[in-house]
Amino acid sequence: MCGIVGLFAKSAEIEDSLGAHLAAMLAQMCDRGPDSAGIAVYRDPVPDGQTKLTLFSADALQDWDALAAELGMAFGGAPEASVRAGHAVLVVDAEPADADAWVRKAHPELRVMSAGQAIEIYKETGRPDEFVRRYDLADLRGTHALGHTRMATESRVTTEGSHPFSTGHDVCLVHNGSLSNHNRLRERLRREGIEFQTENDTEVAAGYVAWRMREGASLEEALAGCLEDLDGFYTFLVGTIDGFAVLRDPIACKPAVLAETDGWVAMASEWRAIAVLPGAATARMWEPAPAVPYVWERAKVA
Amino acid sequence: MTAGAAEATAVEVVDLATTPLRELNQRLHDLAGGAEGPRRWRVVNPNGAHAVACGLDAEVEVEIEGHVGYYCAGMNQHATVRVHGNAGPGLAENIMSGRVIVDGSASQYAGATGRGGLVVVNGDASSRCGISMKGVDIVVRGSVGHMSAFMAQRGRLVVCGDAGDALGDSLYEARLYVRGAVASLGADCVEKPLRDEHAAELADLLAQAGVEDVRPGEFRRYGSARRLYTFKVDNAAAY
Repeated sequence: MCGIVGLFAKSAEIEDSLGAHLAAMLAQMCDRGPDSAGIAVYRDPVPDGQTKLTLFSADALQDWDALAAELGMAFGGAPEASVRAGHAVLVVDAEPADADAWVRKAHPELRVMSAGQAIEIYKETGRPDEFVRRYDLADLRGTHALGHTRMATESRVTTEGSHPFSTGHDVCLVHNGSLSNHNRLRERLRREGIEFQTENDTEVAAGYVAWRMREGASLEEALAGCLEDLDGFYTFLVGTIDGFAVLRDPIACKPAVLAETDGWVAMASEWRAIAVLPGAATARMWEPAPAVPYVWERAKVA
Repeated sequence: MTAGAAEATAVEVVDLATTPLRELNQRLHDLAGGAEGPRRWRVVNPNGAHAVACGLDAEVEVEIEGHVGYYCAGMNQHATVRVHGNAGPGLAENIMSGRVIVDGSASQYAGATGRGGLVVVNGDASSRCGISMKGVDIVVRGSVGHMSAFMAQRGRLVVCGDAGDALGDSLYEARLYVRGAVASLGADCVEKPLRDEHAAELADLLAQAGVEDVRPGEFRRYGSARRLYTFKVDNAAAY
C-alpha cells in the first residue's frame, strides 16, 4: 500500500497556495505510507540554456555554498543554493544533461533528485507528516505538484527508493503497486541510454515514460505504451513540465480518485486527501477507469 | 405530540469534523439488541473517512451527508444506511441484512461477500461489484465494472446499465440481470431465458430499490452453466 496525491492548478489562487494544499493532502495519506514521503513541484521555470538541479546530501553539514561556487567555476555565472532540509536547488548556466553529468562525476556522494527547467523533487525516509513540517512545503508556489507516501514492498526503505522518481528532465512519476517485469525492461532501457540509480521497480516505469517521450511520444502516448510494456499492478501519477496524467492498470485494484473544479484538478488514492481542498464538496468527482490515460496539459487548459 | 413520538422523529446529528469516528460507531453499536436511543441519525462532514456506520446491528436509519471512504456500512444488520455522496472501496462488505443506499457511485467490490439485505447504488459501481456474494441483493442504477459477481454464490445482482469484462466468472447460483451491454462473460457464466418468475423477482427488486423508469422485460438474465463446480440437482433447494 502507498498513498498518492497530486494537484494541478487552473487558477492563480491555487498556484499561490500550491504547497500548502499539497502538504494538507499528503498529511491525509500518512497512514497509507508511513515509511517515506516525497513531492515533486513544478515552479519558477528557468530560461532555455539554464538548468534547475535539485540535489540531496545525506551529510547534515553539507557545504552547499561551496558546491554553488564549484558549479559557477565549471559553467560560469554565480549559482546560489536554495536549501530546504537535506536538499538544495541550484540554477546552473548549462543544459540539463551536462549539469546532471557534472554533479554525478564530480560529487558522487550527492544525489541528483531532478534536473530540468521547472521540476524540483524533495523526498526522504520517515513519516510523511514530519516530512511536511521539515520541508516547510507551505511556502511553495507552483503550477502543479505530485506527492507520495510509501509503504515499501519491492525494495529497501531508503531516500533513493522513495518517490517521486525522475529519470528524464522535467519528467517524474509516483506509483502505488508493484511491477513484475522491471528487471528485463531496465536492461532494455539502459541500452537506449536511460540511466538508473536504484533497483526499484518504479524507477523503471519513470524511465520508460521518459524514454517514450524522448523518442517523440506525447504524454498520452507514453502512458498508452505502459499498458503494452509494463506488467504488474499500478496506479501512476506522472508530471511533465506542462502536464499531469493518471493511469491505472487494466485490473485496477489500486485505488484512485479524480476531482475537478474551475480552480484545480486533483488526484489521490482516497477522497479524504481531496476533501481538504477549497471547493471539494462541490467538485466533480470520479474514479478513473482501468487502462485509460487521463491527461491535463497547461497549454490546453489556459 | 407525545414524548415517544418526539423521540421517534428526532434526528441525532453527528459532525465527524468534531466527533471522533470511533465515538459515532460506538454510539451506533450501543443500540444493538433493541437498546434505547435515537433511531434516526444524520452524519455530516464524513470527508472520506473509513468504516463510517460499520457493524450496525439495530433498526436505525443513518443518513450520511457527503463522500465516504473504505468499508462504509460493512457487516450491516437491520439498519438502513444512506450515503448522500459517493462511497469508496468495500461498501456494505459482508452485509447480513438491512439496506445500504448510495446516491452517487461506489468504488470496487461493493456488496462483496454479502449474505443478505439490499445494496442500492444509484450511480455506477466499479470493478468486482458483488464479488463472492452469498445472498445479498444488489441493484445498480448505472453500470458495473469488470469481474463483477466473481464467484457469486447466492442472491441477485441487477444492473440497469452495462457490465464490464468477465461478468460472473466462476459463478455459483447467484442470478444476474443486466439491462445494457455485457463486455464479456466470465468462465462458466451463460445467458439464460428470462421467464415469468424472473421478471416478477426483477420487478420486486426494482421497486425495492426505487427504480421506476425501467421494466423487467428490458433485462437479460445470466447464470451459472454449472460445468465448473460440482452442482448436484438434489442440492438445488439450498440456493
